[in-house]
Amino acid sequence: MREYDVAIVGAGPAGMAAACQASALGLSVVLMDEQARAGGQIYRNVAAASRGRLDWLGQDYEHGRTLVDQLAAAPGVTHLVSTAVWDVSAALEISYLHGGQAAQCRARHLILATGAMERPSPLPGWTLPGVMNAGAAQIMMKVGGAVPEGRIVLVGGGPLLYLVAVQLLDAGAQVAALVETSPKGNRRHAMRHLVGALRAPGYLIKGMRLLARIRRAGVAHHFAESEVSIEGRERADAVVFAAGGKSHRIDADTVLLHHGVIPNVQLTRMLRLDHSWDLRQLAWRPDCDDYGRSSHEAISVTGDGAGIGGARAAECSGAIAALGAANRLGVLTDAALQAQAAPHFAAHRIQLSIRPFLDTLYQPPDWLLTPSDNTVVCRCEEVTAGQIRDMARLGCTGPNQTKFFSRSGMGPCQGRMCGVTVAQLIAQSRGVSIEAAGYYRIRPPLKPIPLAALASMDESSVSG
Amino acid sequence: MFREVDASRLDEAPACQIEVDGHRVAAREGEPLAAALLKAAVTPMRHSVVSGAPRAPYCMMGVCFECLVEVDGVPNVQACMTLVRAGMQVRLQHGARQIGAPL
Repeated sequence: MREYDVAIVGAGPAGMAAACQASALGLSVVLMDEQARAGGQIYRNVAAASRGRLDWLGQDYEHGRTLVDQLAAAPGVTHLVSTAVWDVSAALEISYLHGGQAAQCRARHLILATGAMERPSPLPGWTLPGVMNAGAAQIMMKVGGAVPEGRIVLVGGGPLLYLVAVQLLDAGAQVAALVETSPKGNRRHAMRHLVGALRAPGYLIKGMRLLARIRRAGVAHHFAESEVSIEGRERADAVVFAAGGKSHRIDADTVLLHHGVIPNVQLTRMLRLDHSWDLRQLAWRPDCDDYGRSSHEAISVTGDGAGIGGARAAECSGAIAALGAANRLGVLTDAALQAQAAPHFAAHRIQLSIRPFLDTLYQPPDWLLTPSDNTVVCRCEEVTAGQIRDMARLGCTGPNQTKFFSRSGMGPCQGRMCGVTVAQLIAQSRGVSIEAAGYYRIRPPLKPIPLAALASMDESSVSG
Repeated sequence: MFREVDASRLDEAPACQIEVDGHRVAAREGEPLAAALLKAAVTPMRHSVVSGAPRAPYCMMGVCFECLVEVDGVPNVQACMTLVRAGMQVRLQHGARQIGAPL
């Protein structure tokens, strides 16, 4: 079996930075990613983007080019594209699927850089065609050069919601309304963190520019004071909510939802790493030290997969994780580790200084975190919030029990879309902490793979 | 459902054709299949296995599994993670699979 010093899963900013840093220290590196090109979701397709597309999507997107170029120039990095990791053994034997063929390799240290996913937005009507994540619409711009036709209504909160609105406007799309869902009380709490946020004023200035552009375009801007629901039978027709003491119904052809991003913990959960519930980000995160070292000594977690910090912070933490791995592997002394990591830590701190402000300002409303009874929370098996609450009242103590009784979390997405909501619903119903409610027990294969692919396992990669 | 913006500004991957349930659909080589289907207004993209409700892609990044289609005879393929090849044969999936039904 092929062995590498370091295996990195995920080729976003953290994974690319980790690969480049590990390579610079002379380590052999395998970088595995499901996409056909490096970049992750934030820099998706950036290497193939034309000048026109880069100008449209902006400088923050174009920055990804630098990272992709550095990765391409890094010696000793084997970059496996279109590669899905589906299992990792205790001995760090990594099983993956590439081109319909299963294979294995082994690593002395594993760095997980599997990034973030958009927080699922379970609200009435969110399963209708015509409804998608705002980030999904942005991916359509990055990979398809396309925008939705007809009237677009954006619903939710957070910087990405504004950015997507502006990118749509710049492409001539019809942005009919922006419906913010963050509770009003958030603003007062967020003000406490404003001074800290000023340490990286660039983020605040960008946010204000985006809002000004949205205002100039004459987009209707609402602040929902109730649950938002989407109406339609075969597809989304309208967005309904209350604001300013009145009920509103806005016609929509496309509804884009966004309630921030959360770490994608599927792989860290499958590996049985320790996790905690982050009370400010309202999400699970694997327990890690400053160098990303997890509860397993040979596994580090870096970037947004270890807690949301954004793309630039991920870049810093990816380099730090690689330095930490090199130290553990004995190629970097403790003194050299501290010296080389110091500038990355300094840059990382500055990038993170905006987070307490953003996390607090855009905390989603309770009606989204613990949805109304008729709202579907498990999209695959169509289990509602009310069914989860009923099961909790009948004695189910956590998501693995409600899964057993209702199949919630047992569909093809393997709980990715409902896990965070189900845990919150059970905790709410039982009056316990979310950590006490727990999370789904994630088992391999990490993604559904065809049996034929498993049977095709390359024997030469297994023996030895 | 989606339209390409001012194509002259964008890098154009070569146009090609795929077949969706026997109908010819225009696509671009190397773009995600789900993107091609959204641009061709193939909606709903499937019907759910429990209630038969209409569904369409939600995340476009491989986590929601709403874009499952059959590609060249292989069922339950994530269209957002599959790149278009000319002549690709796509079939939409409606409801749960029946035991004994032809693939």
